[in-house]
Order: sequence, then structure tokens, then C-alpha cells
Amino acid sequence: MSENALTHGESTPALASLRGATADSALASARESTSAPEGLPGVVSDWSDDKQAFRVPWGKAMMWIFLLSDTFIFTCFLTSYMNVRISTTVPWPNPSEVFALNIGNAHIPLILIAIMTMVLITSSGTMAMAVNFGYRRHRTKTTALMLMTAGFGATFVGMQAFEWTKLITEGVRPWGNPWGAAQFGSCFFMITGFHGLHVSAGVIYLAVVARRVWTGFYDRKGTYETVEITGLYWHFVDLVWVFIFAFFYLW
Amino acid sequence: MNRAVETAEGHEHAEGQQHPVAIYLWIWALLFVFSTFSYLVDYFHFHGYLRWSLIILFMLVKAGFIVAIFMHMAWERLALKFAILIPPLVLLVLIGLMAIEGDYTFLTRLAAFLR
Repeated sequence: MSENALTHGESTPALASLRGATADSALASARESTSAPEGLPGVVSDWSDDKQAFRVPWGKAMMWIFLLSDTFIFTCFLTSYMNVRISTTVPWPNPSEVFALNIGNAHIPLILIAIMTMVLITSSGTMAMAVNFGYRRHRTKTTALMLMTAGFGATFVGMQAFEWTKLITEGVRPWGNPWGAAQFGSCFFMITGFHGLHVSAGVIYLAVVARRVWTGFYDRKGTYETVEITGLYWHFVDLVWVFIFAFFYLW
Repeated sequence: MNRAVETAEGHEHAEGQQHPVAIYLWIWALLFVFSTFSYLVDYFHFHGYLRWSLIILFMLVKAGFIVAIFMHMAWERLALKFAILIPPLVLLVLIGLMAIEGDYTFLTRLAAFLR
């Protein structure tokens, strides 16, 4: 059994932490990985801990909580889109037609959106691999995969910008459009705009962290957790797109 | 330097959430498959309840894969799972209320403006 302050006779994790404060980094990881109850008893034990509820690195817990708040925001947007679409007496524009492209002689519905989805899923894949290689401390591979992820993200934003340009040229405005309910434009621009903003911020975030990986910053720091935390943000961006794709483009 | 190696027992948390890369590649492939299915729902012009239930089903499957595997939630402790996953479920109440309100608004508009 791994040695920690508990084995030296302290009765609670709190006292154990106090006792071992000077050797805190070793104890912190000992505490994080020492066996603790699983399941519902584990929930009770975690939440009733007097020092730390979530037995993960601070940055990871914070990123999850931020993503939770972001989930609320996107849910608000999508819910109001639902509400507006339910209550409009004018038919809603048909997304299959609005977002179709004429390529050569073929009229293909939603093709750009399908490609954008594939691009984002690919970027999630490269990100997951980057995290994996990061924990194995392969700096070159991690940097390369993170930059690929950022590249895919930038590609996605480029395609979204093309979509916006096309629609604006065709007369879509937040207050009206040629095809149906006037609220379509405002929903489209708000939802995809906020999402695209998140993707853009993620591209920058990825680039910053990738550069740090390259210069060995995380080797000196002692952990590649930041790469995983960046990954959480990026997967969230993909996750939001899954919902937008389903509810806005397909429905 | 690698603290997890010295102290980790059982499931590793502090560092090195290492699962074989293969699992990520499999889920990645499945995400492509389900995205294609989602797209085909529209391409093959499904309509009505079949369309909507398939859209939602594929969406939830993909979301589940991303959260559980890519975001590692499947291996996290239950306290974190609950803290992050229960609040969005509660949002379903908001969604339900707004759907009811939307229906009401729609019917009111029909009643007031269609003469």
C-alpha cells in the first residue's frame, strides 16, 4: 500500500494533509490516487471531505465547471431557438435547402455542414491522441497533433465564415430572410456565431499550449495535465457542434 | 518527477490518464459512422417522428462517446460525474417549460391573428 500520512496514524485526510504540509506535492498526488470508496459511498466521502471535493487536479475541475456553465449558455440559445420555432406561424426555412451546395451538376443538401462535422470530429481525434502522447511525454508528436487540431479548427471557422457570407449575400438578416420565418437569421447567427467564437478561442488556446509543449515547459512543470485540460475544452466545442448540427441543421 | 508512478494504486488519476490509443481510434471511427447516419437521416428524407427520434438518438450516442471517452468522464469519480452531468439533466425541465410556452404562444397567435 502506498505510504502516506494516513498510514502514520492520522485519523482523517484533513489531519493527514496538515501533518504532511511540508511534503505537500507528494501527498497531494498520494491523496489523489490513494484508494477511496467508490460508487455512492465515494460520492458521500468526496463531498464531505474537509479539504477538497474533487480528487482531480485543480485545473481539470475548474475546466469542467467552466464547461458546465458554457453548457447552460448554449442550452439557453438552443432552447430559445426551439421556443421561437415552435411559436412562429410562418413556416421555418428548410435547412436542407438553405445549406445545400451546387457542386458541378449535383445539388447536394447540407454537404458543407457534413464536411464541417467530419472536420471537427477529426480534430477531436487528433486532440485525444495529443493528450495520450502528452502523458507519454512525446513532445514532438504532442505538438504536431495539437497544431493539427488547431488547423482543423481554423478550417472549420473558415467554412463557417463561407457559410455566413453565402447566406448574407442571399439576403439572410437577423430580422428577416427570403425563405420563411423572420427569426431564422437571428437564431442562426447567434448560435453559430457563439460556437464559432468558441472554436476560434480554442484555436488560439491550442496554439499557446502547443508552443509550451514544444519548448518543454510541461516537462519542467512536471505534468502534462494542461494538455488534457485543453483537450477537455476542445472536445466540448465538438460536443456543442453535435447538438447544433442535430437541432439546427437536421431538424 | 513522475509522481503517479510512485504513489498510484489501482486507477491512476494524478497523472497519466493513459489508456491504449486504440480505444480512442475506435470511438473516433464510431463517431464518423454515427455522423454519417445522422446525415443520411436527412439525405434519405425521413420525416416526422422517425426523423426526430433518429436525429436525437444519434446525437445522444455521439455526445455520449465524446463525453465518456474523449473527455474521460467514464473513468472519473462518481462525485465529478454527478456534479457535471446532473445539472444539464435538470435543464430538461427548462426545455419542457419552454416547449409548453412555445405551443401556447403559437395557439394564441393563431387565435388572435387568423380571422
